[in-house]
Formats: sequence, structure tokens, C-alpha cells
Amino acid sequence: MENPRNEDSMNSHQNVFRSPRGSFASSTHEVDVADHGTALKSRGLHLYYGDTHALKGIDLEMPEREITALIGPSGCGKSTFLRCFNRMNDMIEGVRVEGEVVVEGMDVHRPDVDLERLRKRVGMVFQKSNPFPMSIHENISFGPRMTGVRGRGRLEELVERSLRQADLWEEVRERLDDSALDLSGGQQQRLCIARALANEPDILLLDEPASALDPISTAKIEETLLQLKESYTIIIVTHNLQQAARIADRTAFFMLGELVEYNDTMTMFTNPRQAITEEYITGRFG
Amino acid sequence: MRGSETVSGSFVGRRKGLPSGTPGIWTTALATLAILLMLGALLWIVAVNAFGWFWPARISEIVLDDGTVRIGEIVAREPIPAAGKEVAATVYRVKLKTGNRELTRSDFMWIDEAAIAARSQSEDLVRIVRSEYGDAFGRIVGAYRDDGAQVDINSPRALEDFLETGEEWRRENRRLENERDQMRRPLTRLEERLDLLERSARAGTPEGAQEISALEDTVAVEAKRLGPRLEALLEDHEGNAQRLMRSRIVLAAGADRIDVPLANVIEVVWSNRLGFLSRVAHAVREGVLFLFTEPREANTEGGIFPALFGTVLLVLLMSVAVVPLGVVTAVYMTEYARPGLALRLANQAVNNLAGVPSIVFGMFGLAFFVYQVGGAVDQAFFADKLPTPTFGTGGVLWASLTLALLTVPVVVVATREGLLAVPRNWRDGSLALGATRWQTLRRIILPAAMPGILTGLILAVSRAAGEVAPLMLTGAVKLAPSLPVDGTAPFLHLQRKFMHLGFHIYDVSMQSPNVEAAKPMAFATTLVLLLLVILLNLTAIVVRRRLRRAYQGQAV
Repeated sequence: MENPRNEDSMNSHQNVFRSPRGSFASSTHEVDVADHGTALKSRGLHLYYGDTHALKGIDLEMPEREITALIGPSGCGKSTFLRCFNRMNDMIEGVRVEGEVVVEGMDVHRPDVDLERLRKRVGMVFQKSNPFPMSIHENISFGPRMTGVRGRGRLEELVERSLRQADLWEEVRERLDDSALDLSGGQQQRLCIARALANEPDILLLDEPASALDPISTAKIEETLLQLKESYTIIIVTHNLQQAARIADRTAFFMLGELVEYNDTMTMFTNPRQAITEEYITGRFG
Repeated sequence: MRGSETVSGSFVGRRKGLPSGTPGIWTTALATLAILLMLGALLWIVAVNAFGWFWPARISEIVLDDGTVRIGEIVAREPIPAAGKEVAATVYRVKLKTGNRELTRSDFMWIDEAAIAARSQSEDLVRIVRSEYGDAFGRIVGAYRDDGAQVDINSPRALEDFLETGEEWRRENRRLENERDQMRRPLTRLEERLDLLERSARAGTPEGAQEISALEDTVAVEAKRLGPRLEALLEDHEGNAQRLMRSRIVLAAGADRIDVPLANVIEVVWSNRLGFLSRVAHAVREGVLFLFTEPREANTEGGIFPALFGTVLLVLLMSVAVVPLGVVTAVYMTEYARPGLALRLANQAVNNLAGVPSIVFGMFGLAFFVYQVGGAVDQAFFADKLPTPTFGTGGVLWASLTLALLTVPVVVVATREGLLAVPRNWRDGSLALGATRWQTLRRIILPAAMPGILTGLILAVSRAAGEVAPLMLTGAVKLAPSLPVDGTAPFLHLQRKFMHLGFHIYDVSMQSPNVEAAKPMAFATTLVLLLLVILLNLTAIVVRRRLRRAYQGQAV
């Protein structure tokens, strides 16, 4: 709505993810979910792993520059749902997707989508930290280098900024050329966040980023995410309900491949609409 | 009472007999020990036998009961097989390497110890390493210069000068031979062309005949131009050769007298005068010469350099061919091919390829590379030389490609294992950062699979370096006239035949005219082959360890 050229200009671009960044940034005002525009949206999303019906018609809109938490018991499909937005499910043999997955106004399954561009725009951090066996510097600059950013100065700048955003700069500035594998678990995970940020994405998908970390490292990551929310849309899958309560603006509760309830976090945790949601967040199962 | 009876249901107390499992553990330990012992014995036998080739043995002078004198190195001692009945005291006999083949027709002689009246190891006994007839043993009783003047053999200095003069003439002649070859090269080329032309189908036609006569004229002109210079050269060469033949050393071995012209003397060794350190120095020098000189006398003497060089070159060429082929195959099968029947079949095919007998690969190399591909290459690029084949005959290129085929399954399997061992989350991480599949493969997966690839290469090299059968069909020869690498363009001559350590061992120990004398040399060559394989492996293992260290920080 702030951007008057959105809808038309979007449709006029045949290859959206190859289009210049400017025309892509603020995309749609189709649904006004909050103070911000919608960054991510799914409509009637079904996903099958072979014969397994993993997602059963998910309709969900997630606003820009907020943190949305996806919660639910194991195997409820929340990670699968998350991976739809950067199409990481493509990697898995026998996956079939129906319905719409919309990132910044564009369906990611359109045939002219440039997958690399999409993934550059939608960063992802995995449950298990996965620094590459390279130096810290090479890890951070990996994404930009692969997607065509050239020039030493530009890369240095990206590395420093990303590390600062992930709150890691002070700890590693003296040893950027050391192996990233020598960092502690918490540092490695923040390195992975920095690595995703180096691509200058708009959206950050986090798949249980703190589940393998100690409480102090977890607190640091949460702090980092709260800062990042100022400029990024963050979707986080978490098993830790307190974590969702602490940092998320909105929370979606998944169960058995269905979206049970979606609301702002405060409401969700104090006054859930569904009985089953209440049972889950009060710890009666999970 | 209680202690003596076994309470049923209790798990305390001793059971009768051996604890179960113990004999099994012993068996496994013994089997392991047996294998280690066998490996140790293998290395020991090879090393000990090879050692004799380098270590200067003492020369003995043996006087028999009947007054005959024998001079030589004692190389073995064994009990005489008892004839019929058991003999009370075992009688031994010794094996003496007497050399002087032109007199005795054999290098060795068995002597009963019972028949020996006296033995001594006097310091003036010598071994002369000759370029003909093998070693000569005896005592220097005379030395004559080319003009017939006698050399004072009691003065070590005079003798040394004499030998040095001979060495100089020989060096000079080698230089002259080189010079002659250089000078004659244009003429040689013309003659080769003429020869080819005369044998070709065109020789019968009028144009062919015209061409031949024109070429003959050119050859004549060139020969006339080079004539005087060549003649002068040849004259010098001939002069030296004459002088070398006229200068001679006379050896006495018992009643025999042996004339050794300086032309044949490679080295005179006073073995009994050498102290321990000079023996070691001598052995080391012999070892170096062994590695870096050419063989002589139908491979029974001299060094193994061409074989060593051929083996290393072969393995290098094989590696250059097998790594890309194997890695690309493994990448396709692991990263791109859809799982299914076809992939399973391909996998089985690769595994079975590893079990095909190597001689079959040799036949394939001969039929496909040599005859088919080589024949086609000759038709296309070397038609002017036909019917003499260039690539259409065995050569180092075809041999190494054959070996590459032979070893490619090992590389494919090891690389696949390496690729599958790359953590999935690196792959996902890279793709999630917007890298393409190709970038992910090149930047993340292949570097991480490098230890696996190197393991494959190590196994391939080990196998290839020791493989002989396929080489016999594809280009290994007993004696190659020139190395596949030399100073004339294009420097690397892939079509040339080559010598190979494995084939050399077979040749020396089975096909040589003097198997007995060459036996230590066969062992020495075996030792070199073994060390070469170990060295190549160690290099790759060190590289692999370094690479692995780079990936060690990865938790879990």
C-alpha cells in the first residue's frame, strides 16, 4: 500500500526473482494482517511425501518485520512448512506440493522462478549448525560469492556487517581466517545466522536454531533475533514454548499437518481459542 | 557345603573348562599374528636377497686337495644331500661365485668343504666389473698400456692412473658417439624417408620412382657434405677404441690367466681391502648406480633406471586418466542419477569390473586401444609412416589407459563413499545460501570428498604399480631403446614402448641368459618396486591426512 506500483509491476515482470531488488522489496497489500505488509503467505498448501500427506491445506499469512513462531509437537509438519518458502523440499525425492506458496507477492512455484535468487532473498538457518569446513571469513562470504558479489572491499564490508548483526563480530574479529569449525556451538549457530544475513535477505527462516544450545547461547541468539526483527521478517520453528512466548509477535500452532490456531503470541498463550492449543501450551501433551 | 555346589540360577562361581569365547579370541589373534609374520618374512627375504647385490662380499682364495686354486665370493653353504644312508657328521659344500664366465661357462661352482685344503682372503684379490662376460675374479699380475709398456702394478698410484686413462677414453668415446648422432641426424631423417618411400605402394609408380631418385640424390649430397666431418669423428672414435682394446689388465685365477682389455673394465674393486665404512659407502654408491643407470648384458648387469622411470611415468599417466574419469562417474552416480534399476545395474557393473582378471584388460587394451584407436590415429596422422605403426603398436599411452580402466572401479567406489559421507547439512546449507547445485558440488562437496578421492587414488596406484600382465600386451618390453621422455620435441613420446619394474623382475628372474647370477638383481628390483609403491602410497596418505585435518573440527 505504501508502494503504488506493486501489483501491476509484479505481474509485468516475467521473471520476478531476476528482477532488480527495488521492484521486489515491498510487494503486496493484498492482505493487511497488521501494521506491516505480508511477507510470506500460503494458501491451500498441501504437501505429500510419497503417500504421506504431510501438510493438509495450510492458509497462513506472515507479516513483514515481525517474528512468527511455528510451534507444535514433533512431526506436525512445521519444519516442512518452513522449508516450502525457500523450496528446500525440492531436494527430497518424491515430494509433491499443491497450493500456493507466496513470497513477497510471488508464487515460488512459478516456472520462471530463479531458485538461487529466491534462496538469496529467503535465508535459512538449520537446527544443527552447519558451518562449512573453511575459515570464518570464507563461510560468511560464501553466499555473496556464489551469487555473484565481487570485489574484496565489498565482501569485507558484508562480512563485518553480517557478523555485527549476528552479534559475533567482537568475538571473532581477530581470527577471521581461522577455521569456523573451531568455534563453540553457540558461536557456530550465530555464524550460520551471519552467513544467511550476508546474502542481504528480506526473510529469515530458522528451523529450531537454538534446540541444541545451552541456555546462555540460546539467550544470545534470541537477543540477536529481536534486534534483527527491526529489518527482517523472521519465521522460527521452535519446540521451546517459552522461547516462542519471549520473542514471537505471532505464533502458529500446527498439529498433524494442519494449522490449528494462529494468533498474536500474547493472545495465543493467555487465551487460546482452541482447547487443544491450550492443552499443548500448558504441557498436557507434546 | 555351599561353596562346592553350584546354585542353579546364580551367576557366580567358576564354570568347568575354558571360559567360552577364549579359544575364539586366541584363534583370531593367531590368525592376525600369522599374517603379520608373513608380511615381515616377505620384506625380510626380499631385503636380505637384494642386499647381496650391493654389499661388496669378501673374495676368497680356495686351495683344493688336488692343488687347484679357485677364487671367488662364497655365496651359499649347505649340507650335501645324503646319498642313500644317513651320514653321521653332516658334510657341507659351499657355492663359490667365480665369475670369469668365458673360461668356466658358468659364474658359479659348488665345492665340497671336505676337499678344501686351505682358504684365505688375501688383500690383493680383485673383482673386475666388466661390460662383457660378467665379473672377473683374480689377482692382477700384469697391466699393459696401449703401446705395450708395462704398468708398475705394485704401485697403487700407477694402476689408478692407468684405470683413469681408460675411463677418460671411454668418456671421450661416449661424447663422440653423441656428437656423431647429432651430426648425422639430418641424413638419418632423409634415409628414413627414403626407406619408407621405397616400401610404400607408391614406389612402383613412375612418380614414386622419380621421387625416390630425387631423394636418393639429396641423400648423396647430404652424405657428401657431412662425409669428411663424420669421418674425422669416426677416426677419433676408432683410435680411442683401439687404444682401449690394446690396453689390458691380466688377471690370474689359479692356473688361469684372463686378459681384460680396458674397454671392458667398468670398475676394479679390491673387496678385501675395504673397511666397514668403505663397504657401506660402496654399497650406497652401488645402490645409487643401480637406480640411475641403464641395464647391461641383457639386463643381468647394470641398473634399472629405464624400468623405474617407465613405472613412475606409467603410474602418473594412469593417475591423470583415472582420477577425472572415476570422479566424474562417481559424481554422476551419486549426485545426479535417479535411484532405480539403472543405477543399481551401473553400480553392479562397476563393482564387477574390479574383479575382472587383469590379463583380460590387457587383451582389451590390445584390441581396442592399440589396434582400433592406435590404428585409426596412425591412419589419420601418421599415414606417411605406414606400414610402420606409430601409435598402432603397444606404447606407454595405451598401457596407462589400460591400467586406468583396470583401476577406475576402485576410484569410483572410493569417491562414491567419500561423496556419501559429506554431511547432508553442508549440502543443504550451501543450497539455502543460493548456491547452485554445481557450485555446491565444486565448492563444498568435492573438497569434502577429497579424502575419499585420494583413498581411491592410493588404491589405484598400488594396484597399477604392481600390475604386469596387461602391460605385456600393451607395450612393456624387455629393453627399450629410448626413454618415453627425452630432449627432442615433443619431449613426451607417448607412443614409445617402455620398461617396467614388474616386467623387469619377471624378465631378469625367468628369461635372462644367466638366471643364477641375476637372482640378487631380481630381488633388488623387487625391493625397488616395493619401496616405490610404499613411497607413492605414503605421499598420498600424507596429503589425505592434511586434508582430513582441515575437516576435523566438525562436531559429530
